[in-house]
Order: sequence, then structure tokens, then C-alpha cells
Amino acid sequence: MVKFLKRCYVYLIFAFLYMPIMVLMVYSFNDSRSRGAWGGFTFRWYVELFQDRTIMTSLYYTLLIGITASLIATVIGTIAAFAIHNSRGLKKKLVMNLTYIPVLNPDIVTAISLMILFVFVKLRLGFVTLLLAHITFNIPYVILSVLPKLRQLNKHLYEAALDLGATPTQAFWKVIIPEIMPGIITGMLLAFTLSIDDFVISFFTTGSGVSTLSITAYSMARRGINPKINALSTIMFLLVLVLLVIVNVRQEREQKKGMNGKNGSKKQNGSSSPEYTDPQYGSKWM
Amino acid sequence: MGVLLLSILILSMVLSGCKKDRPTLYVYNWGDYIDESILGEFEKETGIKVVYDTFATNEDMYVKIKSGGSSYDVIFPSDYMVTRMLEEDMLEKIDLSQITNHKYLEENLMGTEYDPKNEYTLPYMWGTMGILYNTTMVDEVVDSWDILWDPKYTKEILMLDSQRDSIGAALLKLGYSINTLNLQELAEAADLLKKQKPLVLAYVVDEGKDKMVAGEAALALTWSGEAAYARSENPDLAYAIPKEGTNIWFDVMAIPKGANNIEGALKFMDFLNRPEIALRNAEYTGYATPNSAAKAMLPEEIRNDRGSYPEEQDLVNTEVFVNLGSTLRDYDRIWTEVKAY
Amino acid sequence: MKRNLTMIPYLVWMSLFVIIPMLLIVYYAFTVTTPEGTTWTLENFSRFFEPIYLRVLWRSVALALVCTLICLFIGYPVAMIMAGNAFTRKNVVMLLFIVPMWMNFLLRTYAWLTILERNGFLNVFFSTIGLPQMNILYTNTAVVLGMVYNFLPFMVLPIYSVLSKIDKGVIEAAGDLGANSFQVFMRVIFPLSLPGVVSGITMVFMPALTTFVISRLLGGGQFTLIGNLIEQQFLVVGNWGFGSAISMVMIVVILLSMAVMSFFEDEDKEATLW
Repeated sequence: MVKFLKRCYVYLIFAFLYMPIMVLMVYSFNDSRSRGAWGGFTFRWYVELFQDRTIMTSLYYTLLIGITASLIATVIGTIAAFAIHNSRGLKKKLVMNLTYIPVLNPDIVTAISLMILFVFVKLRLGFVTLLLAHITFNIPYVILSVLPKLRQLNKHLYEAALDLGATPTQAFWKVIIPEIMPGIITGMLLAFTLSIDDFVISFFTTGSGVSTLSITAYSMARRGINPKINALSTIMFLLVLVLLVIVNVRQEREQKKGMNGKNGSKKQNGSSSPEYTDPQYGSKWM
Repeated sequence: MGVLLLSILILSMVLSGCKKDRPTLYVYNWGDYIDESILGEFEKETGIKVVYDTFATNEDMYVKIKSGGSSYDVIFPSDYMVTRMLEEDMLEKIDLSQITNHKYLEENLMGTEYDPKNEYTLPYMWGTMGILYNTTMVDEVVDSWDILWDPKYTKEILMLDSQRDSIGAALLKLGYSINTLNLQELAEAADLLKKQKPLVLAYVVDEGKDKMVAGEAALALTWSGEAAYARSENPDLAYAIPKEGTNIWFDVMAIPKGANNIEGALKFMDFLNRPEIALRNAEYTGYATPNSAAKAMLPEEIRNDRGSYPEEQDLVNTEVFVNLGSTLRDYDRIWTEVKAY
Repeated sequence: MKRNLTMIPYLVWMSLFVIIPMLLIVYYAFTVTTPEGTTWTLENFSRFFEPIYLRVLWRSVALALVCTLICLFIGYPVAMIMAGNAFTRKNVVMLLFIVPMWMNFLLRTYAWLTILERNGFLNVFFSTIGLPQMNILYTNTAVVLGMVYNFLPFMVLPIYSVLSKIDKGVIEAAGDLGANSFQVFMRVIFPLSLPGVVSGITMVFMPALTTFVISRLLGGGQFTLIGNLIEQQFLVVGNWGFGSAISMVMIVVILLSMAVMSFFEDEDKEATLW
């Protein structure tokens, strides 16, 4: 019963999150350019979408930037999180405040100051500058996602692994990283999300020929955003959903295989390694 | 870190290393403001590759061009932005002899204040500012700015979240110039806008036209191009140019200083002024074209629509926005006061 | 681990792309450019301390705070439920939280207009089931709703990532020692999740403070927030000095209050974590 209520609560939140998405998907079938009028059902935006080279190149750059920037930011951010976690006192406070600045700075300020910097060092505005800017505003979110996991980490876990005969490298990759993996994944997801959502910073740091979907959509605003963008969003959404289902079905199969195999330990997270998260092991160190 | 930077550099080289032999033309225009199949035809005909980018506002475009970080060959600023760019020496002179098709441009839409001798710009689209209203909600004749201050329409009015336009409407109602530098007149306009605020449903930008289409408000301060779009989606809507006069605006084509392909830019401008090409752009965007030959080919109901193509007598008191220099800060202060009021 | 070296890549990156651009902003804030040349001045700051602008700052902080609190109250239970055993596919549930944010931001916000308008979906729905109409569009409520909508995942995800690996043994031990479930939550679970909560609050509050598109579209442009003000200075007015000064003041105010908060937080940590 409690489980049922809990699920209901989460479903309610999902309804809140997905209501606008449903609306924008419905309007991708609207045979009128305007959000204000329903002109009948049509597939024409989907047809026109694939002929629109501006939108298709923006999609390419959006994904390329989103994936590259979030990956690089995740690497730099995770290393930085370790460094911040291991430092103390004033140094830690200063670095944390530095981390907050890109989050706190209004987009337009970040955008224009970066643009001036790039122009000043004679870097031609384009893909590189766009990527640098995205990595810069992504890093803090990765740090803020990884840091809590590091704080939560049992201080003695690393030493315990060493005591049990692991080399420092093994201890790091096999013990520490799996422990903080949820934080790293969260950081990467948030970074990717910010990247594909950003308009202001992208607009001012990109150059001719390199446009993202956000830039294309925003510049359409005066004439009314073309429903082709709705159509594209709908396709993207359905693709992600299908991918999720495929990955899950596969995971389930593997899990079943694993169950039939040696032990029945239920994996909570695909990434966690059961040997080290065993509650028994943890409580020894309390 | 070094490895990272290196890989970024290599990646960027791979990406930008695509064939550079063909001459390229960099065009910077408003989003969705051209029939994009025209670009392909231009490429085919001239062999010039077109790189087409879009912006959302004049100000965004200006900051980008001003920074000098990326160069464009053809840009599409509006009138007041042309004044500002000319003051800062940011535009290249145009050799009109290269653009033979400019003869199709209407005489009375040339030589306006921002570029009296047409040395730097050619008009691309033009229009007016006016009142878009829903005939099922408004019974009386709409012919004056006063109706935007009528308490009968409390919470039925949409104003523009744009300093120049909304303050402009108040100035016009008072009978002043929309380019006034007189602080006394501006203070009166500010009072008027504060008085109007309880009647206003929202200060909108681009979403206003869809709200009017959906019948969410009775009256809206709008530009004629957006009004044409809204009227095509909802036949109950009508557009009026108030008798006190209004703002007449132009989106123009220009060549920024530092352009690398001026020859191509001139070819492109000439191409866009061909009657059949101008016609296609006018039909695609729904905005009014300054090209008389293209206008003559438009369907009669569009050509004779006084909302999009006003007659001489509708335009007697019209003014173009000019750049205000430092007085813009006073407009900004007034606007913040009105909105934070 | 080589502690001294790990900080270097980050510091290099941030110096290049955060500190140097920030210095530029500081320069703009303290100078004024006239046709005669550029002079040092405090004029930009003194202008900001006029009541009208302070009111804008105050309103922005208040709205961002309300948004952060709502996100916390809605989001914490979600994170807890996700970390518990109500769902078997936790990764999918987590992804489903972030996927809506991959759709175009402007379209999402326009969709809210369609939902909240007078003749919008919500009111149509209400009138069919016989409920009274409600007009929340163009009010503070709509602005907060839009902010909560956009920032909720930034609260849920970090809390979830911390909660998902809290040692079950600790919770069981507390139960064995006679604590009821409320006590277990207040004394054990919540303190242990505090690092995640702090990150969540930071990632919601800070961006919410400077958002300007949400307030413009859902607030009907009637409430100038600090984000709108700064954007306007940079783009419409071209007064970069004033825009820079506003954002500097804002950053300093927020970082100072964060410093005060972190002072308490550190003490908390010592007392409750280990």
C-alpha cells in the first residue's frame, strides 16, 4: 500500500514534467504554424523537417557539442572534485567560490565576457570556442554532483582496500570510482542537459556556419517557432524512449543470466560492485 | 589537460578542414526570414557556397558583428540599427551599379532617414506598427492609440515588452515624436504607461501573435508583419494604423565592414531583388516587400490589403526609429520604472 | 593520491575561462566610456543602489528562494522514493526525470503558456469537470511554477545519487536501537544526505536567480527580475558598465551569504556525519 502511494507520488511528478512535452508533441501534428489555432492533423512538418538543412546541421552540432562538452567536463570536473575534496581551509573555500561563479553569473555576462576573451586572443569564433564555453559552464555542475558522493565516501574505504592487498590504482578504479559513479553519471547528465538547452552563451561564442538547435529555434521566435522544431523534438523524445526500453530489456536478460549463474545478489546500479558495497563490510568501519 | 586541448584542436581542424576552394558567402539573417530553397538556387547559379546563420534580435546581431570574432558578408539589420552601425562606421558602401534589380524597389520606400542616399542599404521587408484587434471582442472603430488606454478593455490589452515600441505608442498618443529627446515629454509618456499598466494583460514579445490568434486578448500593439501572420491564422483579427501616426520600419540588406566577399554579397543582394525571388520571399514570410514588380505579382487580396500595404494617406504621420545615443538610457530607466512599478 | 597535482588542470581551465573574463567584467563595472575616453568611476554602482533597482534584486532573490524551497519539498521525497524499493528500474526512472529537459526550452515554456492560458488546456479541463476557472498566467505563481518545472531535476538528481548508496546497515541499526521511522529520517537519513541537498540547493537557487526568459514569458514581462535587467543593459541599452556592476553586486551578495551558510554547514558535518 505504501509502495503504491509512493509510486503514485512519483507518477504525479512525472505528469507535471511531461504535460508540456505532450503539448508540444501534439502541436507537431498541427496543420497551422500557430500555437493558437488548430488547423487539422498533418505530417507535413515531419516531411519538411528532413529537407531543412539549417535544422539538420544544427541538430548535428547540438549533439556533437552536447556529448563532447559533457564528456570533457565530466573528466575535468571529477578530477577537480577529488582535488577540492582533499584540500582544506581557505584554499578549499576559494576554489569553491570560483566554482560557483559560472553557475551564478547571468548567462549574458558569461557569454559576452567569453566572447571578448576569444576575440582578444584571436581565436576565430566557431566550433572550438563554442566547445570551450560549454565545457566551462558544465564543469561546476559536475563538481557539484560528484562532491556530495565524495563526502559520503567512507574515509577508510581506500585504506581498507590497500590493506586487503589492492594496489593504489586498483583501489582507486575498483573501489573509489564505483562508489562515486552515481554522482559522476548525474553530473554528466546535467552537463549534457545544460549544453543542449543553452541559448545565450552558445549564440555569442559560436561563429559562422556553426549553429545549435537552441540558436535556430530562438532566432525563429520573431516569425513564430516553426512546428518543424516540434516535430524534431517529438522524434528525439521517442528515440530516447525506444533506446531506454532496448537497454532495459537487454539488462534484464543479462541479470537473469547472472541469477542462474553463481550468486543471486541483486544489482542496484549497473555500475556498483557488490563486493565493496556489502552493508556488512561497511558497518565494520562505523 | 594538454591531451584534451590537443584533441579539441585536432577535432576542430578535421571539422573546419572541409574543402575551402569554392568561394563562400556568409549571410546573417533573422530566423526563418527567407525561403531557404532560394539559397540553393543562388548556389547553383553562381557557384558561390552560402553559409547561412540566423539571429533573434538586432541587438544580438550587433554585438556579434561588433565583436569582430566572425565575419559576415550580408547582414539584415533594421532601420535604427543601421543608424547606430553607420555612426560607428560598421557598414560598407554599396555599389548600386552592380545591383541592377534595385530599379524594382519602390521610390517612396527609398532614401529614408537612416540612409538618405541609399549608399549603404537596400530595403528587404518593411511595415508599420499598429493595433491588432479581435473583431469579435472590439465593436468600435479602432483608429486611435487611445483605445489602448480604454478601461473597457481591462486585462484584454497586450503591449510590447520592448522599450522603444511601447514608449513610442505612448508618445504618439500624446502627439510627440517617437524619437523625442525631450525628458519632459518622456516623463509624460512614463506616467501614461504607468496609468495603463492595470489594463495590460501582459507585456509580450514574440508570443503575442499566437495569443491573439488563440483569442486570449482583444487588442495588441504589434508590427504589421506579425499582424499579417496572425490574421492569416484567425480571420476574426484585424489590423489598424492609428490616425495620430505611427512608426514605419524597414529590415534592410547591408554589407558589414570586414566582409571578405563583397562581390558575392552584391550578387546575392541583386538576386534577392529579382521580382520572382522577392515574390517568393514575400509569400513565404508574409511580410510586405518593397519590390514593386514582386508586389504586382502577389494575389490581389494581399496586394490590396491596407494592413500590409498601406495607402499613401495611411502613412502621412509616420516616422522611422532613429538611434537615440545616450538618451536610450533614459528610455531604459523609464521602462524599468514602468515595469517595476 | 597525488593531492597537489590533481587541482592543476581545473585551476588552469578556470583561470583562463572564468577568472580572466571576470576581470573584464570588473573592468567594465568600474569604468565609464564617453567620447572623450575611458575613466574610472563608481557611478555604475551608485546607480544600482537606487530603490527601484534594489527592489528588483530583492524580488529576484525572493522568487529564487521560494522556487528552491518548493523544489526541495517536492524533490526530496521523489529522490527518497527512487532510492527506496518502490521501483525496480531506478536508472530508467532517473533518466525519465531528465529527458523532458532535452526538449527545446523555448518550446517547453510556450507549452506552459498553452496550458495555463485563459482558454488553455488546464481551464478547459477544469470547466469540463465543473471546477472554477483559474488565471495564474502572468502572476508570480506562474513564474515560480515555470522555475520549479525547469530546475526540479537539478534538485532531485544530486539528492538521489547520495541517497541511493546510504548504508542500509546504518538505517537498520538505528531501527534496532529503537528509533521510529521519523526519528530515523531526521537523525540518520537526512543528515547523511545533506551534501546532496546542499548541491541541489546551489544548482537550483543560483540559476533561478538570473533566469530571464521564464519571467518574461510566464510573468508577462510585468516583473523585471535581475536577469532581465542585466540582459537589457548588455543588449538593448548597450550599457555594459551598469550591467557588469549589477552582476558583480549580485555575485558578491550571494557568495557572502553562501560563506555564512557554509560556516554552519561545516559545523553540522562534524557533528553528524561521523
